[in-house]
Amino acid sequence: MTAVDALTALTDPARAAGTGAGPDQASAPVDTGIHGRDEDVVARHVWRGRLVDVLRRPGLLLAVVWTGLVLLAAFAPAVLASGDPLTGVPADKLQGPSAAHWFGTDQLGRDLFTRVVHGTHLTLQAALVAVGVGLVVGALLGLLAGFVGGVLDDVVMRTVDVLLSIPSLLLSLALITALGFGTVNVAIAVGLASVASVARIMRSEVLRVRTSVYVEAAHAGGSRWWSVLFRHVLPNSTGPVVVLAALELGAAILAVSALSFLGYGEPPPAPEWGALVSGGRDHLRTSWWLTTLPGLTIAASVLAAGRISRALDGDRGAR
Amino acid sequence: MSGTTNGPTTGPERLLTVTDLAVTYRTSRGDVRAVRDVSLHVDAGETVALVGESGSGKSTTAAAVVRLLAAGARIERGTVDLLGHDVAHASPRALQAVRGRLVGLVPQDPTVSLNPVQRIGDQVAEVLRIHGSVGRRAAAVAAVEALRKAGLPDPEVRARQYPHELSGGMRQRVLIAIALVAQPRLLVADEPTSALDVTVQRQILDHLEELTTGTGTGVLLITHDLGVAADRADRIVVMSQGRVVEQGTPDAVLGSPQDPYTRALLAAAPSLRGARTRPRDAVPSPAASEAPAPGPALEVEHLVKDFPLPRSAGGGRLRAVDDVSFVLPRGRTLALVGESGSGKSTTARLALRLVEPTSGSVLVDGEDVTGTHGEALRALRRRMQVVYQNPYASLDPRWPVERIVTEPLRAFRVGDRRSRSARAAELLDVVALPVTALQRRPAELSGGQRQRVAIARALALRPEVVVLDEPVSALDVSVQAQVLDLLAGLQDELGLSYLFISHDLAVVRQVAHEVVVLSHGRVVEHGDVEQVFARPQDDYTAELLSAIPGSRVRAGVGGAP
Amino acid sequence: MTRYLAVRLAQALGVLWAAYTVTFVVLYALPGDPVSLMYGGDSSDVTPEQLAALRAQYGLDRPLPVQYVSQLGLALQGDLGTSVVNGRPVTALIAEAVPPTAQIAALGLLLALVLGGGLAVGATYVRSRALSQTLLSLPPLGVAIPSFWFGLTLVQWFSFTFPLFPAVGNKGFSSLVLPAITLALPTGALVAQMLSRSLLGTLHEPWADTARAKGASRARVHLGHALRNAALPTLTVTGLVVGGLLSGAVVTETVFSRAGLGRLTATSVGAQDIPVVQGIVLFAALVYVLVNLLVDVLYPLLDPRIVRVRRPRPVAARAAAPALVGAA
Repeated sequence: MTAVDALTALTDPARAAGTGAGPDQASAPVDTGIHGRDEDVVARHVWRGRLVDVLRRPGLLLAVVWTGLVLLAAFAPAVLASGDPLTGVPADKLQGPSAAHWFGTDQLGRDLFTRVVHGTHLTLQAALVAVGVGLVVGALLGLLAGFVGGVLDDVVMRTVDVLLSIPSLLLSLALITALGFGTVNVAIAVGLASVASVARIMRSEVLRVRTSVYVEAAHAGGSRWWSVLFRHVLPNSTGPVVVLAALELGAAILAVSALSFLGYGEPPPAPEWGALVSGGRDHLRTSWWLTTLPGLTIAASVLAAGRISRALDGDRGAR
Repeated sequence: MSGTTNGPTTGPERLLTVTDLAVTYRTSRGDVRAVRDVSLHVDAGETVALVGESGSGKSTTAAAVVRLLAAGARIERGTVDLLGHDVAHASPRALQAVRGRLVGLVPQDPTVSLNPVQRIGDQVAEVLRIHGSVGRRAAAVAAVEALRKAGLPDPEVRARQYPHELSGGMRQRVLIAIALVAQPRLLVADEPTSALDVTVQRQILDHLEELTTGTGTGVLLITHDLGVAADRADRIVVMSQGRVVEQGTPDAVLGSPQDPYTRALLAAAPSLRGARTRPRDAVPSPAASEAPAPGPALEVEHLVKDFPLPRSAGGGRLRAVDDVSFVLPRGRTLALVGESGSGKSTTARLALRLVEPTSGSVLVDGEDVTGTHGEALRALRRRMQVVYQNPYASLDPRWPVERIVTEPLRAFRVGDRRSRSARAAELLDVVALPVTALQRRPAELSGGQRQRVAIARALALRPEVVVLDEPVSALDVSVQAQVLDLLAGLQDELGLSYLFISHDLAVVRQVAHEVVVLSHGRVVEHGDVEQVFARPQDDYTAELLSAIPGSRVRAGVGGAP
Repeated sequence: MTRYLAVRLAQALGVLWAAYTVTFVVLYALPGDPVSLMYGGDSSDVTPEQLAALRAQYGLDRPLPVQYVSQLGLALQGDLGTSVVNGRPVTALIAEAVPPTAQIAALGLLLALVLGGGLAVGATYVRSRALSQTLLSLPPLGVAIPSFWFGLTLVQWFSFTFPLFPAVGNKGFSSLVLPAITLALPTGALVAQMLSRSLLGTLHEPWADTARAKGASRARVHLGHALRNAALPTLTVTGLVVGGLLSGAVVTETVFSRAGLGRLTATSVGAQDIPVVQGIVLFAALVYVLVNLLVDVLYPLLDPRIVRVRRPRPVAARAAAPALVGAA
């Protein structure tokens, strides 16, 4: 059987079961033998494959479901919690989690679950704006630095590095001092602080693609620089940035909650997650649910974002 | 199956016996049987060459002998008996006792096989510290001695250095020293010279031979090159698709190969083909017999290229190309040959005007294009195209083949969408790829197929000159032959002129009319291919020629075709 | 070597100056009227005339570039202005606040390195795939848990439920423990993530196989070869890690009502006390720069490949000069 394969390979180049890395490549001492089989070129249905992959991994599935719930809470909170987050029944105050109140009630008798759900909008909106700002500004800077190179690269990267020298929370705090409190300001503050890492990643990807052989081949084939930029460089360098975006979303949720915990978000009674934890602080001894449940919600959301980010990264690496 | 077992008093000691070995990898696409049913043996004092192409399972077999298989691989069946130890089923502790002491491994790529933050001497001495009750000082002394024996000059100095301060050849000698310092009975050498220049290859293999014949060490030499196997081995084992297809002495295997695969491999190996019979020249091609266009297709005169060196390396300039001149006649192939650092790739990029020369001129079709820039330079690209060495890196991984092949057409706004589609199909036909490949992405194609796509792309604009930068170096031998034949056929049909860059003289002989030999940026020899091969004027050329493996076969033993 | 250090020092000064400029832009150029921010607000009873007088007193009625230069000049002399809240010099406030923060930061860093590093080494060493996966799933959890909630939970358990440590205050060693653990969580998780990823990479490098082929035991390969190589990239983010500790202190000291730099920051931001905020941010940049300088000095000692750092060269030059320069 093998001899026939070899003979066919030699006479019919179209069916040549060609090879992986040739002998001159610095390859790991591993023959996978994959290409040694008589494989005809197979078209893959990419999206269907990805869906199956998600279903097969329970952790990822949970993360996707949770993210879905959070998004639902953010944009259609009434679906999950029909009550009013701002009014409470004083007689019901400080009750633990029960069938009537899934997350218990706070010191004013408000249902905590409803407050968490409605607070999602505030927290998530801020986090999404933050990631958006960071991505747009950072990606643009990184693209500029990586593609143009030279002096511009130096200048942009030095500026970006300075942003790294100031811890992001402190930078956000400085911005808040100047701009005042409130969700939007928090969002901008957090976003600007993340520009640095996005810019760096984008730049290194753009550099990698720009110096790759197929880009040089495009130049040698007569393509103009803008054609190379939009058709080769951009599509191939966005992968890690998407991965980073998911990760940054988690970090943004944490930062936004931290800032609202410290009191710089929307003023009470707005139920931002961080503010909820802060509000429960005075009743720490007696009512554990006031701090723990919102805290767990934050942790779960950040964890989910991180899980999705890792899945995107692995997916890219496997290709 | 392995040969007859040796009786207790007759014949040399049997070091290694592999019986019915099967190794499987778990991959995302399912299980892959890399090795199925392999049996072989190595006796004391003999060198056995394990020959095969990529995917044949030879490296996996070698890895199984020391049980350093990759993650996800497992030994399904079979035994690996190394001087009484069952490697395939040994405990980790037993394996640690065997590795380094009974069997030494020389890995493939010297640039990544040494710990970058540990001194050379320490890395060699570590073997002794692991296995013997040798003190630190004694081990250090023994390490220097081992480095000296491995042929490393100034071993005392080198022992204090770090891997990045040594060249590739020197690092390989260090790895040989590591493998041999504890005086193992068996040496497994996994393609020990593939990543090195051809002259260095020969030195290393010679040295290895010296070191092992004296001590009666058995050697299992993994290689993809039949010529190397023919030169160095007492027995050859040919593998394909995970199975052993043929075993025997070099004379037997190369002289009268039994298996069709071996025969095919033999026919395709450039180093064993000897002089290429020139069917092409025998029948004058239609393109050549038309009124020949006057003048050479490409000419370079006194090209010089200097690169500034980083201050950390001492500053100054590196002269990569030093006064190189040659003429590429129309419809012919001129090969630029040299080892790494010879300046051949830089010269090619200068000719393509991808790089600015420090001085000298480039003439295309008699016209001086050294000073062209901007749009005029871009227009020049229509006449000169390039095919790169690495078929994996030279195609955009996200583009389908049709888009890749028509990119030059789009860049110059040639035709409309429909005519471009038609041209794409036409081009694939020319390079003997099926039309179904048009919608595939590079990841779905093999190395040889991708290189064909690269050739198709280069032909899209109907250029006059095609610069081929090591176009077959990254391909397996059998695929190489196909691609070279394709290139020759295209030259005849379309009257293309080729500037062919290569480090492999054997390949050059198959495909070029004229050859220019470069060393350290200078031209040391040029002339007609057959003449240079028969009567090299320069010592360096002679050295390059003698380093081509397979000389024994070419000298007439066994009568290769 | 001295040349290398001189270059690094110059770069460090450059970063400091740039950080100063950024804070100036953010705090003085962005807001319409810093004085209104500091003294004004809805609940204030400061009259417009008093505001104008304050503006003159602070020199904020001068054009921006002039303010910038004069402030920079003062800063170089060590004068960072005075606090709006209590009139004390900013430098004095910061100097007082640093020691208690340094204590919890140091302890927190130690815990983070030991536990995070230990987790990474252990998780990559164990043979059992299940155990390894479980251990490796801990760092992302550590990163995800908000430190303010974690601190509160620690207080709930170890101050209220089991009265082992004080919930608030600065007195004694026992008051360091809970805040240090709170700081150590995100930091340790980050260290664990980076180191484990690095270790997994190095364990699969070809030279690790060479070590195995020598007959090296699992421990020897892991600790003697892989760890040293894997720790190097982690070292490069030390500056960011220390900066993160400073950030973490803001939340931690608020949760535990500890006096220190973090609480100073929180109260200053709340009062929109611009000079103090500026001073703290500058201090953070200074710490970052110093730590990085230290790393720059140490790194070449640990990684022999680094002689001096250069910008990546263009492809062509690299292709032509491989034989001359031995390194990649």
